[in-house]
Amino acid sequence: MAGAHIQVRDLTMAYGDFVIQHDLNFDVNQRDIFIIMGGSGCGKSTLLRHLVGLKTPAKGSVTIDEVDVWAVGPDERDAVLRRTGMLFQSGALWSAMTLAENIALPLKRYTRLSAVEIRDLAAFKLALVGLAGFEDYYPSEISGGMKKRAGLARAIALDPEILFFDEPSAGLDPISAKLLDDLILELRDSLGATVVVVTHELASIFAIGNNSVFLDAESRTMIARGNPTELLKHCEDSRVQRFLRRGEIDA
Amino acid sequence: MLEFIPVESGRLILRCSASWTRDDPRPSLRVALDELHSFSADDVVAIDASGLTCWDSTFVVFLRDLDKAMRAENRALDCSALPDGIRRLLALANETENAGVARRNTRPGILTRLGERVLAFWSAATDMLRFVGEVLLSVVSVLAGRNPMRWRELAFQFSSSGPSALPIVSLISVLIGLVLAFVGAVQLRHFGAEIYIADLVALGMSREMGAMMTAIIVAGRTGAAFAAELGSMQANEEIDAIRTFGIDPMSFLVAPRVLALSLAMPLLTLYSDLLGMIGGMLVSCGMMGLSVSEYYHQSLQAVGLVDFGVGLLKGSIFGVLIALAGCMRGMQSGRNSAAVGKATTSAVVTSIVAIVVADSILTVLYDALGW
Repeated sequence: MAGAHIQVRDLTMAYGDFVIQHDLNFDVNQRDIFIIMGGSGCGKSTLLRHLVGLKTPAKGSVTIDEVDVWAVGPDERDAVLRRTGMLFQSGALWSAMTLAENIALPLKRYTRLSAVEIRDLAAFKLALVGLAGFEDYYPSEISGGMKKRAGLARAIALDPEILFFDEPSAGLDPISAKLLDDLILELRDSLGATVVVVTHELASIFAIGNNSVFLDAESRTMIARGNPTELLKHCEDSRVQRFLRRGEIDA
Repeated sequence: MLEFIPVESGRLILRCSASWTRDDPRPSLRVALDELHSFSADDVVAIDASGLTCWDSTFVVFLRDLDKAMRAENRALDCSALPDGIRRLLALANETENAGVARRNTRPGILTRLGERVLAFWSAATDMLRFVGEVLLSVVSVLAGRNPMRWRELAFQFSSSGPSALPIVSLISVLIGLVLAFVGAVQLRHFGAEIYIADLVALGMSREMGAMMTAIIVAGRTGAAFAAELGSMQANEEIDAIRTFGIDPMSFLVAPRVLALSLAMPLLTLYSDLLGMIGGMLVSCGMMGLSVSEYYHQSLQAVGLVDFGVGLLKGSIFGVLIALAGCMRGMQSGRNSAAVGKATTSAVVTSIVAIVVADSILTVLYDALGW
């Protein structure tokens, strides 16, 4: 494999004049489960929005599959981003559509599959996330954890090569969170996808992550990167240690 | 892409080759099954996907459907030679397959639906009555000081439903005045009675059109805003948050809105009456050769205080109806974006129906009272 799946170079993110994070440099490799971590308000979700093409960087570049997402035209950018899928924090399912219709929408738009095939595919995706039989339910009729899983089914509708997750375990009980983590691992292994996760759940970070970047809210840049378990053992930085040990630093 | 190869007795190999993605031409399940039926039903079918260069979910779905169809015919499918990823996906999808989740009920019969409609209509009617009662109680409790009056909120709602509506009310009223004057002019000119355009416009605006047009504008502007605002608060659980502090959302949210619009509507109506008459004057003086002072004095003679009072009463009642409809639809809104849209539409429709019905009743009533 020549290059990393996602390359971030000198990325500076800002709302107007207000800089959120500056000079971010990291690579996400094929089949990584890459964790973006850091305290609340440090810009984790904003970074994710830059990676999925929802926000334009103030400076620097995001390269996916060797295509500089912000240097190419909008058509080419859409083509690259169509190979990615995103799970939003609370699912972001379209509430006027049933679960099957939610999943069918991208399939209808970007493939030439027949209605029956689309229906089959939607049922399959729902079965993958453990929601077989819920095709005709509306998002308002299912629980928060189910909404998240349905959102995941929608995110994998087009068989993406990269999956982005914004706080997958937020608002879930520990067992559901664990099941979702297992599902992420399982999908990574079976689909062969690269996964990028924003989270501050320590349990998830250590359970699924094999690569990460740590964003610091004060210095407004990244202060560590690498395997989270390795970071816990070897990282010298007290801010990283405090985070990974829930604020308890042993003497 | 798909061929059945008998290898030994009792064993078939299903060889899949080339690329199998959603963009490729794919063999259908029926073709595969038809071909399978030419072999003995006791044969075990093993899948060999080693020739597959590229696959996506459509391949997995195909295998899953094939497996299901074969199982129904008591045939066995051997998936052990499949790539690891495909086997895991199949296992994952089948894990919950037979979890026995209750599927949604199918469409009920016509009698059931008719009955449900009637019941829904009945409960909508009682809900409406209950809401009106609750609003009345909350307004009284606020006015009596049992619940604090939110002056700031009242002022804000008043300013956004009253003064902010002036430009659009001006435009519409002038144009309606123009139209009234034109319609009248065509008839009155036959009799050389152009001067009575002033009467027509003044009476028409003050008794009827001023209140009516303002109400329709306000229903579209403010009524819809009330419903959308309260509806999204409902969807965001903001109204529940208000309740958890023991605050009554009716007196907190609804009462200021109803009071503000009840104050703003009569004022807007009066303003609209005036602007409509100016519109009529533009036509009479600009095209019919009347002088401004002639028109002015004729208008003064034509309308009395009663006519303005009649229109004002209509306007006030319309204002209350719009506020009630907007707040009711907003408070009853469901908790998703589609429901908020529905609430807004329904608020405007309800307002306009209520306005026209109330207008008819009031007009008949005025006639009976001789106003």
